[in-house]
Amino acid sequence: MEQKKLAIIATKGSLDWAYPPFILASTAAALGYEVQIFFTFYGLQLLKKKLALEVTPLGNPGMPMPMGMDKWFPVLGLTLPGMQGMMTSMMKKKMQSKGVASVDELRDLCQEAEVKLIACQMTVDLFDLNTADFIDGVEYAGAAAFFEFAGESDICLYI
Amino acid sequence: MADFDQELDASGLNCPLPILRAKKTLNAMASSQVLHVIATDPGSVKDFDAFAKQTGNELVESKEDSGKFHFLIKKS
Repeated sequence: MEQKKLAIIATKGSLDWAYPPFILASTAAALGYEVQIFFTFYGLQLLKKKLALEVTPLGNPGMPMPMGMDKWFPVLGLTLPGMQGMMTSMMKKKMQSKGVASVDELRDLCQEAEVKLIACQMTVDLFDLNTADFIDGVEYAGAAAFFEFAGESDICLYI
Repeated sequence: MADFDQELDASGLNCPLPILRAKKTLNAMASSQVLHVIATDPGSVKDFDAFAKQTGNELVESKEDSGKFHFLIKKS
């Protein structure tokens, strides 16, 4: 049986959205898939050695809030300085208490399982990102290179 | 529970860690050896079934015992 292939495009750079690409990629690799993740735009944040990912309740009415805050706390209050940091640390604590892996851990597991991590060269240039800030093992390529793999893939996800 | 060669306690870990740890442990085992996985994640019941089907490793046993889930996986 030929090895199945999973191609993922990761476009988001927040703590919550960091999970789907790394969870799916690491699991697929464990199931025997060959996996590539193409990081573009804000998704490039997920490749930084020192992850500084945050989560924001702003513009996200689906986010469950502690103490029923979503019922009585005014949306404007969520814009207060420090609110995003507080939400981020609460989310991290919650994840830890539920045995959910950290993004670092899942990313390490992906690399261990030989998931190929590809950074979009164009957006690296666009945002003047320093590739020295990225983890080792990242490859740099463009859209055509993505299609070379995605065109042969069994599953292709845009996250 | 039947005999096993190695045991992995994935209690308290959530998706996808029990599967990833099991895969890693199986990698270091020999063909036809049996791995006993203990997990508390209710989602792991369907996940280990799917893992076995897709990887060709045999799920010899899957049961719940006082809030914990036990899986016996025979390496292909």
